[in-house]
Amino acid sequence: MSGFAALLTRDLRLAFRQGGDVANVVAFFALAVILFPFGVGPDPDLLARIAAGVLWVTALLAALLSLERLFDADFQDGSLEALGLMPVPLEIQVLAKCVAHWLTTGLPLTIIAPLLALVLHFDAAGYPALIAALLLGTPVLSLIGAIGAALTLGARRAGVLLSLLVLPLYIPVLIFGVAASEAAALGLESRPHLLLLAALLAGSLALAPWAAAAALRQALE
Amino acid sequence: MQRFANPARFMRLSAALLPWCSVAAAMLIAIGLFGALFIAPPDYQQGEAVKIMYVHVPCAWLASLVYAVMAVASAVALIWRHPLAHIAAESAAPIGAGFTFVCLASGSLWGEPMWGTWWVWDARLTSVLVLFFLYLGFIALANAFDDRTRGSRAAAILAIVGVVNLPIIKFSVDWWNTLHQKDSVFLFGKSTIAPSMLWPMLVMAAGFLFLFAVLLMLRMRTALLRAKLRALRFGA
Repeated sequence: MSGFAALLTRDLRLAFRQGGDVANVVAFFALAVILFPFGVGPDPDLLARIAAGVLWVTALLAALLSLERLFDADFQDGSLEALGLMPVPLEIQVLAKCVAHWLTTGLPLTIIAPLLALVLHFDAAGYPALIAALLLGTPVLSLIGAIGAALTLGARRAGVLLSLLVLPLYIPVLIFGVAASEAAALGLESRPHLLLLAALLAGSLALAPWAAAAALRQALE
Repeated sequence: MQRFANPARFMRLSAALLPWCSVAAAMLIAIGLFGALFIAPPDYQQGEAVKIMYVHVPCAWLASLVYAVMAVASAVALIWRHPLAHIAAESAAPIGAGFTFVCLASGSLWGEPMWGTWWVWDARLTSVLVLFFLYLGFIALANAFDDRTRGSRAAAILAIVGVVNLPIIKFSVDWWNTLHQKDSVFLFGKSTIAPSMLWPMLVMAAGFLFLFAVLLMLRMRTALLRAKLRALRFGA
């Protein structure tokens, strides 16, 4: 457990000392969302109708944006090799990295999402479900993304490849996340969608670290 | 299992099997097409448009089956480190992508007259589209590294991760009530499709299965020969 905590604090410290990472992700998210009123017109009814979808799709892209760095910096400077020699299992280390990634992307996105929802005239009744869905869904993005990031380590044009691999796997999260947020805004029950998101989180929490660790091992060979 | 990992034995075995499988594929597809187009009755609601089914359904089955074959070959390659299994998985991927594409395209052509739309965001259609992108991702990942074995192993892991999509495709029509009809052909229990329509479809499916076997063996033989050529050119 101490290894997990140590790696988590190291990654968080790196993220904050280097700065800019969190701010970039949030700025990208906000800017991309703000493009939509210009793109589809400022009609409040239309914006309220598409708000949940716009927020989810842009949150997904913002999370994708920072994935490439998840293992790459450690891979480039060789510290990944040292991590591979640690007595802490690689699966636990992957989990620590995912938690760090979520704290620096998923959580800030969730915090700023209600503000952007306001700009898009999202229905007030939908806020609790939107936040709950983002809290449940964004960790899944980090976990699935870790598999893609580990698989594409050292590949040519890794960034484009990463999105090709990860975006199809993100579709279930997107479907249930939007469904939960929209159901609440329309006055319907959002609980089943939130439970499905929780199931996705439980499943990926259990399986993704194994797959990502397997991918890291063969990258280190 | 280990016996078949020998490339020389595979070359002999596949050379012996190829003509037989090719003839079987050609004959089964010919019989199936004849049965589908001239013997099977038109549907009482859909008319002659139902004949798209005889290509669409076997392609859909093959699309999932080829992915399963690819994933099993990938697992074998990762566990026992058989180079031949990597070659099998990588040779199967474009064939599977082809079947998936034909399945999506024929379904789209069938949907236009029947549902009145080329495409709906139905669970079955979406999960098959994801399958198509998984095939593309596999092919792209396998070719993305300067070191070929690294690409093969990364792609193998991706293939195993993507297996989660197969049950979603299978059960999508039961979990979500949408435009795509439910299954009507069952391995166990009585199928709910008329026997006069069932047999040409099964013959077509068997023909496509042999077609897959033929294409897979051809591609694997080509890949092995190409590897040998590369070794001769750069190794010596």
